[in-house]
This record gives sequence, structure tokens and C-alpha cells, in this order.
Amino acid sequence: MSIPADLKYTPSHEWVRVEADGTLTVGITHHAQDLLGDMVFIENPAAGRELKKGEECAVVESVKAASDVYAPVAGEVVAANGDVESSPEAINKDAYSAWMFKLKPANAADVAELMDAAAYQKLVESEAH
Amino acid sequence: MERIRASLLFLVTVMSNQAASTPAALKQTPLNATHRGLSAKMVDFGGWDMPVNYGSQIEEHHAVRRGCGLFDVSHMLPLDIKGSHVRAFLKRLVANNVDKLQVSGKALYSCMLNEAGGVIDDLIIYFMDESWFRLVVNAGTAEKDLAWMEKMNADWGMGLTLTPRRDLAMIAIQGPNATQTLNQALPGVDSITANLKPFNAAAMGEMFIARTGYTGEDGFEVMVLAKSAPFFWQALMEAGGQPIGLGARDTLRLEAGMNLYGQDMDETTSPLESGLAWTVDLKTERDFVGRAALEKSEITQQLVGLVLLDKGVLRGHQKVLTKNGDGEITSGSFSPTMEKSIALARVPLGIAPGQEVEVEIRDKKLRAKVVKYPFVRNGKVLIEI
Repeated sequence: MSIPADLKYTPSHEWVRVEADGTLTVGITHHAQDLLGDMVFIENPAAGRELKKGEECAVVESVKAASDVYAPVAGEVVAANGDVESSPEAINKDAYSAWMFKLKPANAADVAELMDAAAYQKLVESEAH
Repeated sequence: MERIRASLLFLVTVMSNQAASTPAALKQTPLNATHRGLSAKMVDFGGWDMPVNYGSQIEEHHAVRRGCGLFDVSHMLPLDIKGSHVRAFLKRLVANNVDKLQVSGKALYSCMLNEAGGVIDDLIIYFMDESWFRLVVNAGTAEKDLAWMEKMNADWGMGLTLTPRRDLAMIAIQGPNATQTLNQALPGVDSITANLKPFNAAAMGEMFIARTGYTGEDGFEVMVLAKSAPFFWQALMEAGGQPIGLGARDTLRLEAGMNLYGQDMDETTSPLESGLAWTVDLKTERDFVGRAALEKSEITQQLVGLVLLDKGVLRGHQKVLTKNGDGEITSGSFSPTMEKSIALARVPLGIAPGQEVEVEIRDKKLRAKVVKYPFVRNGKVLIEI
């Protein structure tokens, strides 16, 4: 599956979409869900929680394994996706539409430090070879 | 996602091993190319390059409960023991009593213990005739088992011949449609499958058909010469069998309440505290390795089933908080059949089915109900929550 060009990425396999109002939508990549397999449990951070960059803030669990999800940048959680919590398999079906939570970044410029699609593609390839 | 990255590295290691650049060779079964041809996700399973799934692990799990699944279990080692005193040897070697085996083809599940009463391995013993018993041991313990058995063979002056059968491949055919699938794949085999009772086997030349398994469903474990395995697998698929990876194998055996060596018991645990007392024969006077230690030991723990009442997933090594003290999950996962998280846990005595305990998962304490396992047998959920 191709890596969407309009998203930003972290080395720990989260994707980030910058919305028109400046909030960030966060999920895990197709590559991450492919490694984990069938998703069965998602735990999102509560709205209002302040996150530091890199803070463990969510958990995705497949039949196989549990995995932490990290805050891509510092910010405040403004929404969590209840749909994905009740249907974790949505992440397997389409990792880039099954978002997990939304962040209001502490500093909008931090987003620039995330990887673009080309850099993330390289990372995935380097890990696969 | 650090833990993903850990598993990534794990997978990457496996993939690199396929490339000529990394010679650290994983062992391959005779069906390795078959799995790769089916686009299986391969992992390093105790030094073996094995399929963890071919697509969705949950769909594979359901295929076994509802139809017929095929498992490559060639990493497990068939071991032929031949000579004039095989029965006497096994009576001292293992904790279950091979005198239960009187009819040719009959199988027995047993633990092989060390002197301290810890479990060296769990295995299946098939009685063929008084000069030939066949054992099937776990992949990860095969070398250790063989060394132990050879030592006992020498120490006891038994003069037996132990032959590892790496020239055989083993395919498990499991599920309500297992008989139909095997009959269709192997014309003429119906005369055997029709009369083969659970936990019995029949040998036809180098082909060995056992009505055994690790899923809680009807089915067979069939050994064939390694070179015949890909062709046999193909015939089974054409007859409707679906390839199943090690991922679903683990959730199936957990639902069936079957122990996994290395998780639910090992050399440091007593079979009497691992839900395996039913396999340890203390009724007869027979002296076997580990018996003296077991009889002196004080039993303080037991293996129980847990069903998680709150949301989350039970995993091995999570702490279990009970009114009688702490315990630990030995195997935990998500049950695709029950759509709940289930586990086997070692907890203090006195904790009984119906009671509630707490499990520490990350920073939370979640509620779980103690149940009597198995959780699922022959496609039916046996637990009411």
C-alpha cells in the first residue's frame, strides 16, 4: 500500500494529518498495523490531556501483541475516536482513515520536524531489508 | 511504539535471513517454500522460520472452528525409540504411565520431568509394538530432550536406539471438516479415518496418521516423508483445507485450555501446579524421574482460567491480584470465538471458579472472572459469563 503524500510521519509509525484549523489528527500507519495483525483493543488518551512530545499516550493491541502509541508533538488532546475503540479492526481495513485522536499542538511549527512520506517510505524500506 | 519496533526488528531479522547477505540460518521445514508461495508472514519461532499467519489470524482461527485448517507442525520432532526394553525405559522416563498403552497405535500425553520434578518437556507417546514407541516432542526442546533421553538410556543400561525423524514432515488437519478433507485429499484413507478413535494412530509404511491435535477440534496429525509434504499439502488445500499460522494455533490451543511448554510450565514449575496433575501417575508404585521430588513438594498454586470482564487484553506475565495473594498470567490473548480476552494463570490455592480477581495491565487494575477451562471445545463456548 502506498504511503499517503499529504500526511506526516514519526519514526515510531504514527501518521499525522494537519487539519485546516491547525489541529493534528493522529493514527498508526498501514505498515504498523500490518506488523501487528488483527487489532482487538484500542485505548485512546482522554480529551483535555496535555501530552509531551514522545509521551506514551495510547495503546493498540492486536491478537498478537500490545504496542504503545506516542505523541508525535507536544499538545493537548481535543478528541478521541470512539468508533475505532469499539471497532479496532477499522485500523486493519484502512489505517489512514481510522484515526485515533486529535491534538492541538503546543507549537504549530513542531509539525515541520516530522517525516514526510518519502522519508517514511525510506524508513520502512530500511527496516525491511 | 517501542514494542512494535521490537517486533519490527524481530521480523526484519527473519526477512534478512532469506537474503544471501545474512547467513544466520533459521531452520526450515519441508513446507517452507509452500508457505512463502502463499505469502505467509514468516517469523523466527525458536530458531525455525515459520508462518505466523497467511492473512487475518482471526479468520484463520474461525476457519478451524467452523471448517478445516491445515498447520505445518514439522518443526516438532518425531522420535522413534526401538529396542527390547522400550516400555521399561518409558515407565521410568515419563510421569504418565505407559502401561495405559496396550493397543497398537494408542497415544498418551505426558510430561518428562527432571529429578526436581520440573517439566523438561511435554510430549505424546505412541505405542506401536513392544519394540517400537514413537514420541513427538516440542521443537524448541528437541535437542535437550534427546540429550536427556540418551543419558537415561546409557545410565540405565537400556541399550535402546533413539532415532530423530527429521526425514518426516507433520501436517495437522483440524476442524469439523477434517475427516472429509483428509479423505478427499488421500483417496483410500477413509478405511483408516473411519475407524480411528481420538488419541489413536495408524502407520502405513512411512505414513503415520494420528487422531490428535492442539485446537480442541476433531482432526489429525499426519506424518509423511518430507519430500511428499508439499504435494500432500496442496492436495489438502484443494480438498478445502485452509492454511493456518502459528498465531491462530496459539489462540486455538488457549481456548481449548491446552498448556504451552515454556509459558504455562517449564523446568522450574511442577506439573502439579500447572494444571497437569491428571497426567502424573502417582497411583501406581512405579518409580519415575521426578516422582520423589513431587511427593515431597508442597502444592501452593494452581492453574486456572480467567475471562477479562473489563476492556483490554490479558497477556503472559501480567500480575493477578487475589484474596489469597498474587498470581501471574502464564498465557493470555484475545479469544476470537468468545470475543473476549482469556488467559491461563497460576494463582494461589483456594481461588475458585466464579470468583473475581484483578489483573494489573499497565497502570490499571482490571476485573477478571476465574473460570474452569477449557473455554471452547468442538466449536462450542463452554464458559458462561
